[in-house]
Amino acid sequence: MTSPSPVRIGTAVRIGVVTFPGSLDDRDALRAVALAGAEPVPLWHADRDLAGVNAVVLPGGFSYGDYLRAGAIARFSPMVGSLVEAAHDGLPVLGICNGFQVLCEAGLLPGALTRNAGLRFVCRDQQLRVENAGTFWSRSYRQGDTLVIPVKHGDGRYVADPTTISELEAEQRVVMRYVGGNPNGSLDDIAGVCSADGRVVGLMPHPEHAVETLTGPGEDGLGMFSSLLATLAFAEAGVSG
Amino acid sequence: MTELVHPPVGLHRELGLTDDEYGRIVSTLGREPTGPELAMYSVMWSEHCSYKSSRIHLKQFGDLPGSERLLAGIGENAGVVDVGGGLAVTFKVESHNHPSYVEPYQGAATGVGGIIRDILAMGARPIAVMDSLRFGDAGAADTARVMPGIVAGVGGYGNCMGLPNIGGEVGFDPSYAGNPLVNALCIGILPAARLQTSAATGAGNAVVLLGAKTGRDGIGGVSVLASATFDETGAPARRPSVQVGDPFTEKIVTECVLELYERELVIGVQDLGGAGLSCAVSETAAKAGTGMDVDLDRVPLREPSMAPEEVLVSESQERMLAIVAPEQVTAVLDLAARWGVLASVIGTVTDTGRLVIRWHGGVVVDVPPESLADDGPVYTRPLSPRAPLPGAELPRPSADELGELLLRMIADPQLCSRRWVTEQYDRYVLGNTVLATPDDAGVLRLEGAGGRGIALALDGPARYCALDPYTGAQLALAEAYRNVAASGALPYAVTDCLNFGSPEEPEVMWAFAETCRGLADGCRALGLPVTGGNVSFYNATGGTAILPTPVIGVMGLFDDVERRTPSGFLAEGDAVYLLGDTADEFDGSAWSWIAHRHLGGTPPAIDLQRESVLAAVLVAGSREGLLTSAHDVSDGGLAITLAEMCLRFGFGARVDMRESGDPFVALFSESAARAVVAVPALHEERFIELCASGELPCRRIGVVTNDGDGAGLDVADVLALPLDQLRDAHEGTLPALLGDLAPTDF
Repeated sequence: MTSPSPVRIGTAVRIGVVTFPGSLDDRDALRAVALAGAEPVPLWHADRDLAGVNAVVLPGGFSYGDYLRAGAIARFSPMVGSLVEAAHDGLPVLGICNGFQVLCEAGLLPGALTRNAGLRFVCRDQQLRVENAGTFWSRSYRQGDTLVIPVKHGDGRYVADPTTISELEAEQRVVMRYVGGNPNGSLDDIAGVCSADGRVVGLMPHPEHAVETLTGPGEDGLGMFSSLLATLAFAEAGVSG
Repeated sequence: MTELVHPPVGLHRELGLTDDEYGRIVSTLGREPTGPELAMYSVMWSEHCSYKSSRIHLKQFGDLPGSERLLAGIGENAGVVDVGGGLAVTFKVESHNHPSYVEPYQGAATGVGGIIRDILAMGARPIAVMDSLRFGDAGAADTARVMPGIVAGVGGYGNCMGLPNIGGEVGFDPSYAGNPLVNALCIGILPAARLQTSAATGAGNAVVLLGAKTGRDGIGGVSVLASATFDETGAPARRPSVQVGDPFTEKIVTECVLELYERELVIGVQDLGGAGLSCAVSETAAKAGTGMDVDLDRVPLREPSMAPEEVLVSESQERMLAIVAPEQVTAVLDLAARWGVLASVIGTVTDTGRLVIRWHGGVVVDVPPESLADDGPVYTRPLSPRAPLPGAELPRPSADELGELLLRMIADPQLCSRRWVTEQYDRYVLGNTVLATPDDAGVLRLEGAGGRGIALALDGPARYCALDPYTGAQLALAEAYRNVAASGALPYAVTDCLNFGSPEEPEVMWAFAETCRGLADGCRALGLPVTGGNVSFYNATGGTAILPTPVIGVMGLFDDVERRTPSGFLAEGDAVYLLGDTADEFDGSAWSWIAHRHLGGTPPAIDLQRESVLAAVLVAGSREGLLTSAHDVSDGGLAITLAEMCLRFGFGARVDMRESGDPFVALFSESAARAVVAVPALHEERFIELCASGELPCRRIGVVTNDGDGAGLDVADVLALPLDQLRDAHEGTLPALLGDLAPTDF
């Protein structure tokens, strides 16, 4: 792995959150970033400038309405264009729900998210098992941890060809798996996957909705955001990513 | 005006206007109306827009106590309540019943879309939605047609708009089989100083149409669909078309309009809903006492061949009208472009007192705007009391049958889990949802307001209303009021959606009048203002009206939303208290209906003084931190309340009702003004003192037991049921009828 963007100790980690016209959980992602101790930076879909952020979250929602196919148009937006380039250069990216769909459409992650097996939108508190606690976004957890994080989507069924699924499993690139019931029919109960270098993560469940006990099922989602802080701090301290 | 072309004689009847009403139009104009004018009068004077049958009855909501809390009240797009600290909350519930029968998904979706625009038009950011739905019997063939579509439509629109759905209710009764009810509520928040007006003031100001293009969808929606009954085949006699929703457009229109407010770029704003452009231009001009020149050729159309009548009455969704000073027009158009929202200057405010509309170079409409918006007909419809539905001595179960009865009742569609519905709704988006269904009320944190929050409940116990509309309306109000208090919030203001059959039938109109009187008296007794509401008439199939269904929304306030009280048991060892008195009251109950399909007699007695004391204890209990859980007792009685409290978080309870008389009455009666609370041992003494200070009967009936393996509900000498068995019964019903949301055999 190449080293991540340097963060000087004592300065805030800046995490950008992209708002598309139909983004819905963008404010929630910004709130979660702040609660994790990073500086939230709003980014606008029509801009190209990543504003020097250390990482980016693509939030949930319906980017441009998603009438064609979830994320199909968003991948052509100026901001996603810049993001794809930066990700190839090592920028950590977390795609949540619609953001995961965009990352798959943009080719940063393999596979696709299709209509739920039950053909209906499903919102529930979902149990997940952490399968890979080594990615940039999951290091606050331990492998095998069970989390409760809400899912809420109509197009969350993760599919890929058998070769890709075998590779993902063999390379431990399945980051989270549904346990206690599969809400959407995803292959191998896959809830989230990562890029080969563990910097780009896509997750169907919404960790930004499990960051406060008052408004969510718990605080299990906070680790997704704090992982990145820890990772970037390690990088500054010269510890290999 | 030589350009004016008059429509064929008798067309007004086709459009739903009576000969007398037509005569009034002719005398207002001093001539025959043109086709476009006739189209505008027909929609604006329809029951839906003019409230011509209900207006005289709704007047009594105008002078209720607490009305000083209202920054905007009845007659506005939505009532606005001052909640202190410079903040205001606006909320309203509205029906979209007839379109949802014709086209369940789009009818329901656009019902949600319409109420969101009402809230937006007040200057508020919409922050949540709720829905109250009624269907025919759960097992009926047509329920399987309309219910999945309606639920998906409510969910589809709200989910895509990014508004959490925090609660509501679902009911089943054969009277709704050919006429389901879709009542959608939206709530919004605004800085009190940002309250918007819908007045088109200032001659020379521009009239800007924002949002979707205008098409042929929804033409005649209010005059044909919402103001006439379906015939017995279920087909409307005339063929209107249901509107088609585009929630993505509504989302960008919403963000764009909010930014217009923020930057103070608009003078007045109005949503386009029922009666479309006709309503928006006439109401804004009438409200300001001005006039308006509108050029219909500037309205962006989906279909260029549309006639001017069609453009004027189209109910295409996702449109707003803004009144803008000339020097701000460029800024408004630029901002709209940034959000990708279509914006067009379609006219100018004038001081002529006339609404003049041009099309293809000629004048097609020239009328006083208030004649459309304010001077519609008002009717005093004849009333005739309906003969009471007779009561009956229904065979009752013995004590050893009560466990089986509970399992049967909690699995019945009347009382079963609504998870199949609510899991199709995003309840988390915006990150401020504190409680949602199945808790008693939806509770939201008001972000940036120092920990304050609001609670909302919607209730409409139609069986009680069928037995006695006056008492039934008060029981509906009391149930919503109690639900809000059970969550810990102080009840503060009321909205309503009144769903009835044809106002031309004296018995229906009597039930409507009694409902209004009951609601007004109830609000007076509880010290609550009515912020506004909606009336939906002509809910009938053939000659048979639906049960009278007032759906009442109560909004409450929290100083500190961290103090909310969840509905489920949460701590082993908590004492369980029943608050209030239980009498033998089964008429109109869930038991009478489930066990005997019987509806008759007298509904439970209402005691608003007691309701008020109960609410005060629940709110004080929350504020003082005395309560772990609280849940109201309503449909199905105490047994259902206890079972729901156990199932919520998976804790058991051990209860002893041996000193409470007949166990069937103790467990299944539906006496009002009751709640169950769980109190930690540490706080029992103080809690009993609190109840005593209000002379509220409180009886310790048991304790919360363990969660996990072996947890169950145990009522001494009566029933003992493991939670797994209760849960399977409660959760299995709707998926068995409508299909699993997340099937395992895909």
